Amino acid sequence: MENLWRESLHQIEIKSANAFYEKLHVLKDIDLNIDKGEIVSLIGPSGSGKSSLLKMLVGLLIPKSGKVFLNKSLINFDNQSDLRNIREQIAIVFQQYNLFQNMNVLKNVCIAPTKIQKRNPKEVNEQALYLLEKVGLQDKLKSYPDELSGGQQQRVAIARALCLNPQILLLDEITSALDPELVKEVLDSIRLLASEGMTMLIVSHEMNFVKEVSSRVVFMDDGSIIEVNSPKNIFDKPKEKRTLDFVGKILKEK
Amino acid sequence: MERLIEEIPNFFTIWNVIFLAKAMGVTFLLTAIGCLVGFSVGGLLAVFRKTKSYYLLPLRFLIIVYTEIFRRIPFLVSLLLFFYVFQIMRISDNLFLIATITVCVIATAYIGEIIRSGIESINQTQWDAAAAMNFTYYQTLKEIIFPQAWKVILPPAFGFFIMFIKDTALASQIGVMELTFAAKILNNKGFSPLLSFGTILILYFILSFPLDRFGKFMERKLASNRN
Amino acid sequence: MGYTLVYTQVLEFVPYLISGAWISLQIAVLAFFGGMFLGLIFATIRTFGNQISNKIVICYVTFFTNTPQLVQIYFLFFALPEFGILLSPYIAVLLGMTLNAAAYLCEIQRAGFLSIRQNELDAAKTLNFSLIQQVKYVILPHIMKVLFPPLSNHYIIMTLGTSMAAIFGVEELTGRAFNINSETFRSVEIFSITALIYIVITFIATFLLAIIGRYFFKAKIRIIQ
Repeated sequence: MENLWRESLHQIEIKSANAFYEKLHVLKDIDLNIDKGEIVSLIGPSGSGKSSLLKMLVGLLIPKSGKVFLNKSLINFDNQSDLRNIREQIAIVFQQYNLFQNMNVLKNVCIAPTKIQKRNPKEVNEQALYLLEKVGLQDKLKSYPDELSGGQQQRVAIARALCLNPQILLLDEITSALDPELVKEVLDSIRLLASEGMTMLIVSHEMNFVKEVSSRVVFMDDGSIIEVNSPKNIFDKPKEKRTLDFVGKILKEK
Repeated sequence: MERLIEEIPNFFTIWNVIFLAKAMGVTFLLTAIGCLVGFSVGGLLAVFRKTKSYYLLPLRFLIIVYTEIFRRIPFLVSLLLFFYVFQIMRISDNLFLIATITVCVIATAYIGEIIRSGIESINQTQWDAAAAMNFTYYQTLKEIIFPQAWKVILPPAFGFFIMFIKDTALASQIGVMELTFAAKILNNKGFSPLLSFGTILILYFILSFPLDRFGKFMERKLASNRN
Repeated sequence: MGYTLVYTQVLEFVPYLISGAWISLQIAVLAFFGGMFLGLIFATIRTFGNQISNKIVICYVTFFTNTPQLVQIYFLFFALPEFGILLSPYIAVLLGMTLNAAAYLCEIQRAGFLSIRQNELDAAKTLNFSLIQQVKYVILPHIMKVLFPPLSNHYIIMTLGTSMAAIFGVEELTGRAFNINSETFRSVEIFSITALIYIVITFIATFLLAIIGRYFFKAKIRIIQ
């Protein structure tokens, strides 16, 4: 009975998904379920498919085979309105922030909700101001992306994603392109979000952060999911050898 | 040499000066109309060429063929081809019209390429971010790509404009009354070729040089703005 | 319409046209290398020369890049006889194209000179390269790579530019098309085939240049985008 109940909470279900980027097999038979409010971290070496998995969930990478369910409904990746649907529910923050260079901070955050979601501009503006204040950028509303530091740009990107009112937030190595001093301010913003119950899928190299914030950790290597475990176990008592090797290497570097 | 100096006042009569001014106007008009049309239609071609829809594939193919053809034929041959086609099909015998249409077709091919290059220079990450937020292809172009791409497009497009002024000299071969044709007429009338062609060279220079300087100034300004 | 396209009547002239293309090629190559040579001298003067010679070259380049090649050749062909210099059409075209090319190629090569960055030279110096070694191993390869695309591009432009020679009676590709036209009056067919030949020539040229560029100079050129 308990299993049935838990199943009905799966926000995202991925069954045997395979995806290719040009000729490269980037996602191999991925099976993963994510529940509402969960914070799942993806760890693994470069090229293991972590970013590809995230890209698939916003429709930037179309799977060749397998099934993806969002809130129990099957996604047809060939159908434009299905793609639009997933993007209305899932927002992504990229490693390179991907802010629109021709707009200031406020416009970057407001444009999609106003022009694409067609919401009330005043309401969007208010929410944008609130979110930007939350990430500590209330003084930079009129600045352009190239006037901001990496950490500031990344925080704008987070505010921009949140202004879309997503149900699920994907974070793709958002601290990797940052100088170490700037990493903390971004992680603080994420901690805040985590405590508010947002479903999140986080790709990160920051192992301490991953341990602190995740409810589950997924280790990927070479396009496949090798192990899924609790944060404590995956670092201290991993089930798979490859996980052990990777974790050992990462911790040695620190 | 004395003959030359004698000829100068005869050459620079009011009639001749007005004649040359009109010819200069024709040269400029041909170039300007060509580039305006080239920019608008070329822009459309660039936009449609970068679509990803399967259904638009024939259109993309046609655009590529069109662009490659008219960028690989000499200006003179294009002019003659259009001239004879118009003549044979009895569409029109207005030389200026024929030249203008040729000029527009060629400019569209070249400027279309320049615009396409400009669009491609914008990082894929901008497209990804837009797609992830449900921007359509055209919305992305309008709100995000073109506002950034115009800085990359403008200098070479302007450079093309300046180059095009010189290319219109070939329209003289189908009888359009632009600057080069005017020089030929004056030469045939008996004026010294040195005066006729020399003056025309100077007139072209007067048209082209200020624009060239302006273009370089604009390039510097755009480059410094970017930094 | 009263006119039907009859290509068969014109097909027999195709070999004649193609050998005309060969002459176009000759003119383009001669003018290109002539222009490269002169352009190199000018570029050197511009980069290393004194004030006066620098200004002279600037005037030359400015003049030739702001006036049409056609009118430059008209001038050489019609105005020079006033000074007693009579040029055959072929020479006039060749000279005109060379002088014109020299101006553009001067600017292109100058950009190449300027693109050498100081730290590359410094690095070579610290490795104790002699001046000759610096030139051979650092400067030349870098310049070749930077220059190859714009030079190739200009070469293609010049190949198309040779069609002007027809205006002066030179029997290159377009000139021969004129000849056939005055014989058979099948204008549309003749000039469309001529256009096709130019397209083929430029494709071959671009293709060859792309291969040469990639293997010898590690410079990348795209054929169709």
